[in-house]
Amino acid sequence: MTTTGDARERVRARLRSPVGRWIGVAAAALVWSVAYRLNGPLWDWLLYNAIGLDRSTRLASSLHFFGYDSVKITLLLVGIIFVVTVLRSFMSVERTRALLGGRREGVGNVMAAGLGVVTPFCSCSAVPAFIGFVAAGVPIGVTLSFLIASPLVNEIAVGLLASMFGWKIALLYVAAGLVVAISAGWLLGRLGVQKWVEPFVFETHLGGQIIDSTAGLSLGDRLQMGREEVVNILRKIWPYLLVGIGVGALIHGWAPTDFFARYAGAGNPVAVLIAVGVGIPLYSNAAGVMPLVLALHDKGLPMGTLLAFMMSVVALSLPEMILLRRVLKPQLIAVYVAVVAVGIIAVGYLFNLLLT
Amino acid sequence: MNIKVLGSGCNKCKALERVTRKALAELDLTADLDKVEDYSTILSYGVMSTPALVVNDEVVLSGRVPTVAQVRAILASHAA
Repeated sequence: MTTTGDARERVRARLRSPVGRWIGVAAAALVWSVAYRLNGPLWDWLLYNAIGLDRSTRLASSLHFFGYDSVKITLLLVGIIFVVTVLRSFMSVERTRALLGGRREGVGNVMAAGLGVVTPFCSCSAVPAFIGFVAAGVPIGVTLSFLIASPLVNEIAVGLLASMFGWKIALLYVAAGLVVAISAGWLLGRLGVQKWVEPFVFETHLGGQIIDSTAGLSLGDRLQMGREEVVNILRKIWPYLLVGIGVGALIHGWAPTDFFARYAGAGNPVAVLIAVGVGIPLYSNAAGVMPLVLALHDKGLPMGTLLAFMMSVVALSLPEMILLRRVLKPQLIAVYVAVVAVGIIAVGYLFNLLLT
Repeated sequence: MNIKVLGSGCNKCKALERVTRKALAELDLTADLDKVEDYSTILSYGVMSTPALVVNDEVVLSGRVPTVAQVRAILASHAA
């Protein structure tokens, strides 16, 4: 091997060391923050100076919203997904199960909702996780609190809300989501829904040693998981993101300022109901809805209505219900959707009251 | 060598199967590769996070899709 080859190999080895990895993360963070800062000035320059559009026209306003927000939301997503995935890799469904095993209802619901937020959880694992929890003696209502909180309080949504509307709104969203998950799970447990769980769930036993999915990972593994999750999520949601930002841009430029405020504003008592009704059949990641939320907020829609809309899109989805149908009877699925929907509607009205 | 991919047909499970086949090909190994989609069987391995990889009845990985290089290392150590 040549000396340059040796040197290159040495550099590579140094990059793989923990210190090297941290330097890599710091460099990426620096590039990220420079790009984030430059995004606004760059679009201003491109649209108003280079192309020479008039700032006050609808076309310019829509184009600016589309360009600036596409880049901004993509950058935010990359940063937030990476950080969240790396942090969450220190938790696992298996550890959560151990923490919840033997808990009673009440305390159990509170813990389950909190753990639902921080545990890395793919809805594709919902069935084995459900059976695993029940086999560990976790009450059905507590298990449901976990399953409701997991998509409802989404860290990516928390990060996006905080960076667009401030920490107060983001914290209110977390608190509201937790309250819905805790109370819906508790209520479902009280209703005695055990009889609506498929019987095979109670007969399934977990074999031998429970495998902890994130134990013993190296720093390199965790950083790699973060990178892959960024790519996976962006690849999955980019069409939603483009549609969301596109619709947002049209609303931003063309809808009359008071159009939405007049028909769906605080003055309309059924606005929250309509928002949730529209949101439930829509299925998207929190990231896909956020551009719409942003544009509608600009047009004067109250935050409670918007949060209720977002929550109904992310928390109740047909694909997850189809998966859960394997372990839950249709009656329980129906009650589950109804209870969560009522909770979200209540959150919408409460926030509209609190925030005006 | 007997290899099982545990998972109920989600995208990540298909990705794990693909990565495993590629690792096998790169190592020039032949092995029985079964897909296990039945939840009771998956749980009987103590696995709650899918997809998971089982080599000679031992769970070597669960809840994520590894790189081809990682699977290659796992398989090589089991083949030896």
